[in-house]
Amino acid sequence: MTTTMYDSLVGILSQLGVYQILSGFLPEIVIRIMLVLAIAGVVATVASLILAYLTWLERKVLSDIQQRIGPMRTGPHGLLQPIADGIKLLVKEDVHPKTIDKWVFLLAPIVMFVPVVVVLAVIPFGKTLVMTDLSVGIVFLLAVSSLPTLGIIMASWAQNNKYAVLAGLRRAAEIISYEISMVLAAIGVVLLAGTLSLPGIVEAQTGLPYIILQPLGFLIFFIGLLADLGRIPFDFQESESELVAGYTTEYSGMKFSFFFLAEYLELFVAGGILTTLYLGGWNGPFLPSWLWFAIKTFIVIWVILWIRATLPRVRIDQLLDIGWKWLLPLALLNIAITGGVLAVM
Amino acid sequence: MSDIRKVVEIPINMGPAHPATHGVLRLRLKLEGEIVREVDPVIGYLHRGIEKLAESLTYPQFIPYTDRLDYAGSMLNNLGYVKAVEELLGIEVPERAEYLRVMTTELSRIASHLVWLSAWGLDLGAMAPFFYCFREREEILNIFEMLCGARITFSYMRIGGVSKDMPEGFADRLQNFLDIFPEKLSEYETILTENEIFLARTVGVGILPKEDAIDYGVTGPIARASGLEYDTRKIEPYSIYDRFDFRIPVEHGCDVYSRYLIRVEEMKQSMKIVQQALDKIPEGEIMAKVPKKIKPEPGRVYSRVEGSKGELGFLIISDGSDKPYRLRIRSPAYSNVAALPVMCENAKIADVVATVGSLDICLGEMDR
Repeated sequence: MTTTMYDSLVGILSQLGVYQILSGFLPEIVIRIMLVLAIAGVVATVASLILAYLTWLERKVLSDIQQRIGPMRTGPHGLLQPIADGIKLLVKEDVHPKTIDKWVFLLAPIVMFVPVVVVLAVIPFGKTLVMTDLSVGIVFLLAVSSLPTLGIIMASWAQNNKYAVLAGLRRAAEIISYEISMVLAAIGVVLLAGTLSLPGIVEAQTGLPYIILQPLGFLIFFIGLLADLGRIPFDFQESESELVAGYTTEYSGMKFSFFFLAEYLELFVAGGILTTLYLGGWNGPFLPSWLWFAIKTFIVIWVILWIRATLPRVRIDQLLDIGWKWLLPLALLNIAITGGVLAVM
Repeated sequence: MSDIRKVVEIPINMGPAHPATHGVLRLRLKLEGEIVREVDPVIGYLHRGIEKLAESLTYPQFIPYTDRLDYAGSMLNNLGYVKAVEELLGIEVPERAEYLRVMTTELSRIASHLVWLSAWGLDLGAMAPFFYCFREREEILNIFEMLCGARITFSYMRIGGVSKDMPEGFADRLQNFLDIFPEKLSEYETILTENEIFLARTVGVGILPKEDAIDYGVTGPIARASGLEYDTRKIEPYSIYDRFDFRIPVEHGCDVYSRYLIRVEEMKQSMKIVQQALDKIPEGEIMAKVPKKIKPEPGRVYSRVEGSKGELGFLIISDGSDKPYRLRIRSPAYSNVAALPVMCENAKIADVVATVGSLDICLGEMDR
């Protein structure tokens, strides 16, 4: 059984004697709720700091590749830029067009944002930095991380804008063509690890990350992730030269920034998922486990940014082609090979 | 109750304010999902009445207005206009001025193609070429700034010559640019020409058959990409183009990829011309003897040059006064965009964007 963050916190508090004092006058369930809320608060705060600085990182990486210097005015090397952006988005007027579907319009940013935060609960950030060790962690992860699409489709429908509807239609067509291959690719990992729990999968990769045993599965999963993130070369949901602002066309102010933040948090989560499933998670010599996780995650993020700066966008029907004609058969082949090899050994 | 299985055509406006229409072109599209059933270009959002304005301006006064036609390659417009007036007056331009004209117009062609490549890259979702192309274009603009003090609206040409001679250090700077540019050009080619995604997006997209190209009066790189060997510099060598060794690239793919190949090759050929001109430029006057007050005999002239977008023609009718009686501009982008519905038949939205980008339209020239 993996030590979760809750267990470690209780352990630390008992050593300090705080836990015993608290349990003297509070029922156990109240203490438990308090501690869980505290952990969730800390994780959410750290995550939002990371995602704020992901926007800064993206601008810096892109400008480095493109012969520019990026933001420089706000703070040294533009380090305060995310804060300035946040303030700007907060004080912006929140425009509601007359023809919108009001409730769907309001709910869409939340539906997009919440599942991405929820996914954080199962990602093992380090040896003892796990919020929950679900026995079906990977199923939960894949299910919840595809929910933001619902938010995108809701948003595009609610705005009553033709460009936004096109973006939503694209997204709906897109998700069914890569999600299946992605889940099938993940089955290879499950077969090897023999467990559905994410910390279990990480521990199974001690010494040998699955990217070596499952190169094909890794490739399929990575392409699926890029499509899931809606990034170049698969940024159909907001391909700015075709659909202007795509699914966020009529959104402004804080509502827009929720989409924006959700996208960057998704980027971080995607890095985390790929690290956990294929790059050996927090495994690594010398350095502390959480640092290994961070290093691997940021390498993945950097590669995604690098791809964005380099490649053109494919056409939507070409992605559907890739998804159904290549990724799906290859994912099935991957399962067959993995299963076959495991049965023989 | 309406039948939900019936396919509904959605009318949608692309532009005049849309990132992919390169200015204020408006396309009325009829969509069936992602498939475009009908494209109808609407122009005129940048109409400034330049042709009418010419009638109330003296001949030299009109030169700055030509800068504002195709602002990506202003030198070419300058040349087109002054050449027409010179033909009307029967003026011989000095050798040195002709060489300077060829050098500046060919550099302008390179700059214009660079702007096109960068903007088209953005249309296809590739951000990187944009910044690289603008870096090289910047150097061309610096060279122009050295020569005439302006970076976009040069007004460098004069009736009978050019306004300024090469300053000190100009030849070295130009030579330096010519030395580094081929290397940079091959950088763009590595990032695009062999990229699988780029090929998937461009090969076989926006087909314009040769016959249609002729019917619509399409000229320039687009006509040459459709297999039409047509370049004013070769079929009717003006200025001193018959003295240079260069090739007119022709492709038979008829698609947007061929247009890309043509423009990249044209940049190389233009560079060759500039190099030859720089090596051979003679000493001498840069202005011919031109009367103080330009008053051509009554008559008319149609004169054409090869602009970066195609054949750029000026028709001037003179009534003997110091102002043109009528001035008409044959702008290449105007004819080229007329062929857009042929190219976009049953294309996807993304293909329409790629095709419009491949036309290299400039609204300043199209709407005039």
